[in-house]
Amino acid sequence: MSILVYAEHDNAQLKTETHKLVTAALQLGEKVHILVAGHQCGAVARQAASVEGVSEVFVADNEAYAYQLAENIGALVVSLADNYSHVVAAATTTGKNFMPRVAALLDVAQISDVIAIESADTFIRPIYAGNAIATVQSQDSIKVMTVRVSAFDAAAEGNDAPLVELDTVIENQQVTFEHAEMTKSERPELTAANIVISGGRGMQDGENFSMLESIADKLGAAVGASRAAVDAGFVPNDMQVGQTGKIVAPQLYIAVGISGAIQHLAGMKDAKVIVAINKDPEAPIFQVADYGLVADLFIALPELDSALT
Amino acid sequence: MKVLVPVKRVIDYNVKVRVKSDQTGVDLTNAKMAMNPFCEIAVEEAVRLKEQGIASEVIVVSIGPKACQEQMRNAMALGADRGIHIECNEFPESLQVAKLLAKVVEQESPGLVIIGKQAIDSDNNQTGQMLAALTDMPQGTFASKVNVAGQSVQVTREIDGGLQTLTLSLPAVVTTDLRLNEPRFAKLPDIMKAKRKPLAVMTTEELGVDITSRISTLKVTPPPVRAAGVMVENVAELLTKLRNEAKVIS
Ligand SMILES: Cc1cc2nc3c(=O)[nH]c(=O)nc-3n(C[C@H](O)[C@H](O)[C@H](O)COP(=O)(O)OP(=O)(O)OC[C@H]3O[C@@H](n4cnc5c(N)ncnc54)[C@H](O)[C@@H]3O)c2cc1C
Repeated sequence: MSILVYAEHDNAQLKTETHKLVTAALQLGEKVHILVAGHQCGAVARQAASVEGVSEVFVADNEAYAYQLAENIGALVVSLADNYSHVVAAATTTGKNFMPRVAALLDVAQISDVIAIESADTFIRPIYAGNAIATVQSQDSIKVMTVRVSAFDAAAEGNDAPLVELDTVIENQQVTFEHAEMTKSERPELTAANIVISGGRGMQDGENFSMLESIADKLGAAVGASRAAVDAGFVPNDMQVGQTGKIVAPQLYIAVGISGAIQHLAGMKDAKVIVAINKDPEAPIFQVADYGLVADLFIALPELDSALT
Repeated sequence: MKVLVPVKRVIDYNVKVRVKSDQTGVDLTNAKMAMNPFCEIAVEEAVRLKEQGIASEVIVVSIGPKACQEQMRNAMALGADRGIHIECNEFPESLQVAKLLAKVVEQESPGLVIIGKQAIDSDNNQTGQMLAALTDMPQGTFASKVNVAGQSVQVTREIDGGLQTLTLSLPAVVTTDLRLNEPRFAKLPDIMKAKRKPLAVMTTEELGVDITSRISTLKVTPPPVRAAGVMVENVAELLTKLRNEAKVIS
């Protein structure tokens, strides 16, 4: 059985999601290949070849793949899929975008958001915002699956797998990339950080998030948010944690001014330690918190900030 | 241009589901059901296109048991013109849903399909993308802005690093994210009017789609429960606990 892993990257760097996917893939079978599709992504391909456990890296380097457009990537993956028992991608907005196309074109089901692998055909995944956990078995010849990477450890680097260049170019004419506005941040990525501090509607406005940022910088943490904080325009959309945002599982999650709706909990309740700071002692967030502090955040945050060095 | 909006009947998003003790699934007996929130956003977007004179007709489709017609009537109260109910006893898997929708697309030739990015029950996030692939339409997923201009649509997508804007030629599939719009509430006269809007019922056999699933659910269990936490008095105590007990900060 060979497994094809779709590399997550930004054309410059391989993302740790890929290392985690490799760990998941090695639980499915021994032969793990990585596909790096992008533009001017040679450095990414070399890094992919260094991931332990990988036996081959395919590189499709073409402008058509620069922005990970689902139409092009989906068709490229389909062109390789016949050689594999499993095709695996991260449950990121990239993987979620193109993988269902792969499944549909292969006429197989997709298993979304796998959090554990029981065997080569049996997988565990959360449903209902994580309020139920399903064990599912697939009868399809090729298993197409997205993996919730926060549930797997990253494979190490140190390997030197061979690189194979692909010259397949698929350029769908129905779609054109216009522009992207990427959020720039010096802080760790939400999904990779060991510590995440998130703010909710209780933060009142975007400027107050600077209180969280200052603490985040002292802790080496990433900053997240609830949907209410994003909807209100306090912070950009890519900071949303939850059922329909990012799923995080850091060592420490600090929820500030967040009530703890089911949909928010779905994105963070696998954190090792949860801290909640909320002025309402009845807030549901306290039911999942390891440490709860009933306080006005406008008093507690400055205190926390000055207590950290 | 016709706009096709598939909608799903799901448990209301405020309800915390309980897993059945025999581990066969979740207990939906007497649970409050509603239109999937992302589908509501899709209906709203389609209705706005009609109000702007861009869409000529908004057609809702729902697949599942008869009770789905309740959500279809809701969509019609919000402004959809007519409905197509594909009746079957169960809710098929995403691939089968996409195949059924592809048949409807073939019959109706919509200029745009607007569909929720995920259903809050299965949390799959697959159907729109599968439909796009099966019908060879381009896709704009996780849309927070949709702008139809002539023969194309510009879609701003919420992606992990920020926002991405694409132009798709029509016909196209758009999947909705939370910030695309805020759905309106249905007004009483519209609810009454919706009862008289046309609603066609079809079967999966008529559409020639086999809805047998190739995924079997072996069991469904509740998630692990977190051990009860403690309340701390102040920031100093919190930091002491985090340093010495949980050992998650230095
Ligand atoms: C389909 C769907 C998907 C969703 N997906 C997500 C998702 O991915 N992520 C997500 O987060 N939500 C999601 N939601 C929204 C979710 O249901 C909640 O509405 C949202 O999480 C609430 O955000 P909040 O806790 O910041 O705001 P609120 O619920 O308004 O809570 C604010 C909290 O701040 C506290 N507070 C106020 N002032 C202070 C102060 N001075 N000091 C201390 N505490 C204070 C209050 O006591 C309150 O508990 C989704 C909803 C739907 C329907």
